[in-house]
Amino acid sequence: MKIYADNAATTKMSKTAIQAMLPYMEEIFGNPSSLYSIGQTAAEAVFKARESIAECLGCMPAEIYFTSGGSESDNQAIRSAAEFGAKKNKKHIISTAFEHHAVLHTLKKLQKEGFEVTLLDVNENGIVNPEQVEQAIRPDTCLVTVMYANNEIGTIQPIAKIGEICRAKKVTFHTDAVQAVGHIPVNVKNDNVDMLSISAHKFHGPKGVGVLYVRKGIYLSNLIEGGSQERGKRGGTENVPGIVAAAAALKEAVSDLPESSQKLVPLRDKLIDGLLAIPHSVLNGDKEQRLPGNVNICFEGIEGESLLLLLDAKGISASSGSACTSGSLDPSHVLLAIGRPHEIAHGSLRLSLSDENTEEEIDYIIQEVKNVVNYLRNMSPVWRDLQEGKKNYVIQ
Amino acid sequence: MLYSEVVMDHFMNPRNVGTIADADGVGEVGNAKCGDIMRIYLKIKNDVIEDVKFETFGCGSAIASSSMATEMIKGKPLSQALTLTNKAVAEALDGLPAHKLHCSVLAEEAIKNAIKNYYDKNGIEYNEEQFKESAHEHGHCDI
Repeated sequence: MKIYADNAATTKMSKTAIQAMLPYMEEIFGNPSSLYSIGQTAAEAVFKARESIAECLGCMPAEIYFTSGGSESDNQAIRSAAEFGAKKNKKHIISTAFEHHAVLHTLKKLQKEGFEVTLLDVNENGIVNPEQVEQAIRPDTCLVTVMYANNEIGTIQPIAKIGEICRAKKVTFHTDAVQAVGHIPVNVKNDNVDMLSISAHKFHGPKGVGVLYVRKGIYLSNLIEGGSQERGKRGGTENVPGIVAAAAALKEAVSDLPESSQKLVPLRDKLIDGLLAIPHSVLNGDKEQRLPGNVNICFEGIEGESLLLLLDAKGISASSGSACTSGSLDPSHVLLAIGRPHEIAHGSLRLSLSDENTEEEIDYIIQEVKNVVNYLRNMSPVWRDLQEGKKNYVIQ
Repeated sequence: MLYSEVVMDHFMNPRNVGTIADADGVGEVGNAKCGDIMRIYLKIKNDVIEDVKFETFGCGSAIASSSMATEMIKGKPLSQALTLTNKAVAEALDGLPAHKLHCSVLAEEAIKNAIKNYYDKNGIEYNEEQFKESAHEHGHCDI
């Protein structure tokens, strides 16, 4: 059995998205800046894609900017707000400890450039309290950036409430909504968002296409200088096939949303309950306020990379927050942020489902994870010490 | 692929997994906080490693390194086991990714610790120099 359960990493492109992009590679391959008809037809396609995406997000087409992906959108949004803030001598930024690295590393760089960054705690359930944001806002705060849903533990943040606070305090509010858009209802107006980043390959669109929503009147500066594409805010010939496919994928994801969450949530909960039946395991992140497809569990006494390799041998593609899987020295900053000790964070498993997953697959995953966890625990000196009472269990 | 075929073979089918109840020497290195711990059990007779078992908490290369290192010292005299280097373990595995080399270091040190434990338990004199923490990179994790 081959089971793909790493949809938070990337998704398989939908047939609709693939069909939508093909003509723009084969026949209508013109440059949208060109005057002749295949150029202008391509320009028309980009125009329509912009309209369609704007409609899905609840904004105007002129508030949509195409980028190369979620990371670029995050970089451009944060840099723009910082630049604008600096002009007014406002150099304080608020974010959270468990953002994606596209946000955290951009903030780190800004710190070196003289900005002050406050990273809020995300509490044990992986959810920021809006009051924390309110209390952290200062007269010199130029930006609040809080992710819509966490990429590892899937927790959904109270974005509308945080947005309301920021709007009242006249502070620009950006949200990295890469994991949220196409998976839960998102509306930039209702959510009081000034800037929002999305990435097409997270909702069955192509890789290499991102969107940045920037509310009318909010300052935006360039990361990439060049031609007059994207109203002069992002140089470079438009990725026409990618943009068209991104719009098609988003439209499909948004219209399928009620149906797909209705299918996904019970599958997710069945998977969570099945895996938590393994002794000394714990769910990471709030059980209710989480993405319909996200499961993230720590198993005591084992390490995540060996878990993933053995699951791969059983045909299951998953992810882990262990240090070994990232090539870095520390386990997932997200799991550390919700208070998991290092040794527990190393033993994490993330399964992110799509509506292509079946109940039969969930049964298979539960069985195989049980087998693999048992197998690894049986060769683990840590597990032996816990079993023999030489150490105390962290997870009861 | 991240790992060589040899690493995958030793990871998927590890040799010498387990414990020895009446082990003559036991050595442990690593730290669960850093994501890897290796424990080596030795059965020694007439200065020869008659049997060796290991338990490892860690990534694929940590398990493969333990498996390979135990194979390399099984049936060997202690004097020879003491000359086993992390480099030899990594080479026998047909190479490890750069950020995984510390796994082979752990294997070398776990074996040395187990032999030292045997010497200490039996009051056998030895040259401290042989058991000094090697100068090569160990500190992949600073906790």
